Amino acid sequence: MKPETLAADKRPAQPGPRRARPSSDGGGAAGRRRNRRRTLMTITLFLLPALVLFVLLVLAPILLAAYASVFKWNGFGGLPTNFIGLDNFTRMFEDPVFLGDLWRGLILIVLSLVVQLPLALGLALLLNQPMRGRAFYRLLFFAPYVLSEVITAVLFTMFFSPERGLANEMLSMIGLEELSSTWLSDPSSVMYSVFIVMTWKYFGFHMILYLAGRQGIPNELIEAAQLDGATGWKVFRHVTLPLLGPTIRISAFLSIIGAIQLFDLVWVLTEGGPIHSSETMAITMFTFGFGRYQVGYASAISVVMFLISLVFALGYQRFVLRRDTEGAITGMRDQR
Amino acid sequence: MSHISSRERARTQRRLRHLGLHTIVIAIGALIVVPIGYGVLGGFKSNQQLSTNPFGLPSPWVVSNYTDVLASPDFWRQVGNSTFIAIATALIVVATAALAGFVFARFAFRGRELLFTLFTMGLMFPFAVAILPLFVLLRAMGLLDNPLGVILPQAAFALPVTIVILRGFFRTIPGEVEEAATLDGCSAFGFFWRILLPMARPAIATVSVLAVVNSWNNFFLPLVVFNSPEWWTIPVGVQQFSGQYSTDTAKVLAYVIVAMLPALGFYAVAERQLISGLTAGATKG
Repeated sequence: MKPETLAADKRPAQPGPRRARPSSDGGGAAGRRRNRRRTLMTITLFLLPALVLFVLLVLAPILLAAYASVFKWNGFGGLPTNFIGLDNFTRMFEDPVFLGDLWRGLILIVLSLVVQLPLALGLALLLNQPMRGRAFYRLLFFAPYVLSEVITAVLFTMFFSPERGLANEMLSMIGLEELSSTWLSDPSSVMYSVFIVMTWKYFGFHMILYLAGRQGIPNELIEAAQLDGATGWKVFRHVTLPLLGPTIRISAFLSIIGAIQLFDLVWVLTEGGPIHSSETMAITMFTFGFGRYQVGYASAISVVMFLISLVFALGYQRFVLRRDTEGAITGMRDQR
Repeated sequence: MSHISSRERARTQRRLRHLGLHTIVIAIGALIVVPIGYGVLGGFKSNQQLSTNPFGLPSPWVVSNYTDVLASPDFWRQVGNSTFIAIATALIVVATAALAGFVFARFAFRGRELLFTLFTMGLMFPFAVAILPLFVLLRAMGLLDNPLGVILPQAAFALPVTIVILRGFFRTIPGEVEEAATLDGCSAFGFFWRILLPMARPAIATVSVLAVVNSWNNFFLPLVVFNSPEWWTIPVGVQQFSGQYSTDTAKVLAYVIVAMLPALGFYAVAERQLISGLTAGATKG
């Protein structure tokens, strides 16, 4: 790919506007046509590397998944041949594990929206006030986001360990011994343990988004409200919160999309266990595709994941983000 | 008299407020630090100390867990692999995305918005959706156990956010600069290479840091592409190590702590670029 783009440099320099649309200045029809062809060449050569990479490694796999999802296929030997129509999909929606995936995904989304994002927002507003060590705290709260999911998950596997971990010891130290649990090996508590780790790792990212959003609000607005006699809560409720709307909607969007595709963290923490009680869609897909060689069925799960993300993203953009001038998820038509 | 006391009351009130503020922030900071601190100290303990002395300092301090990691050729090979793959990914994605972003920002042509929308759609394709067919495709291309099998897909999936950020930046450079360059005999590539890229250095740094961090932490793709330990990256290595020594908690803790140092060091150096990249990617995406 590289030599092609370099070739564009070797062509003789040509003054004049480089527009594919016909330009109105002089130079004669032939010159204009030559100019236009040259511009088209430039556009093509410059776009080609990115387009090839994107089509081959992002779009093609998704199309391949869509194709494979209507076959019974072990993933070997050329393209699949055993066409079974929509059987993979009907099987999926009768599979209690997959339906459980949907339910568990919903739990994680609700917990994120109700616990994690308000926590991040509250901290962002706290850290927006002048206080000593503000920069240090911001650095600290964001640090877990930089660690890889695997490192975080392995660390917490040890941390939650009933024999050698610290979680239960800490609970009994502050007198909450009855909350002690086996954390990751108890089907009834495992999702909450996963959520604790998710919050530990990701709330700093949302906090940073809110901090950036809050810094975009002119302080005059808040001072004006205070001069008009609004108290702390009222200023927050009627000035800060509405003005942070676009940031909150983006942060909620990222958090939901993240929950839909959650894999790394859960895979290393529990591999979806015990007995599927922390399994996510991506983990079900992984175990069928890479563990049991049911690539057709696993592809069908991929397709459903994709459709859920797509429908959610388009719907969210249409109904929730519509009001925001900035922050469209697809295309920025207003800037054309 | 009353004037002074009211002012004093305001001051104590402010002090109390600050105290409350600090208490909350320190409490949350402790929740962040405790698991990491547990890991750091735990790496210096023996497994027996871990269960009998959960809170105290190690006694005696066991350094062999850490020295074992630092002396292990496997660990350093993983650091090398992760570094190589991250840098190669960043180079490829920044080069291709800069060319494409340049065209999207400064040329008008039919189908531009359609193509651009196609790329931005990629922002919402979860990586997990494509991993299985990607694996089948990479196997067909003979790229399993080959670093390109991780580098190229990572670059492809990083394209959308990189193009969006770079295009946004390229648009802020006034058209007069380009006209002047063209009059001086600069070709399209000449303008891009000699003028636009140097001017866009901050944006380039931002997207490069973003690509490096994402590549460094990627687990799913190297997990399925690299069968042989020869190419394992740090996340895959940590996972395999923790599986292999699952009964030796102290050893695993030491490995995890040492493995997080490069990322934390990089974060300390490139914090500004990383944060500006993440916020730009989220709000402009």
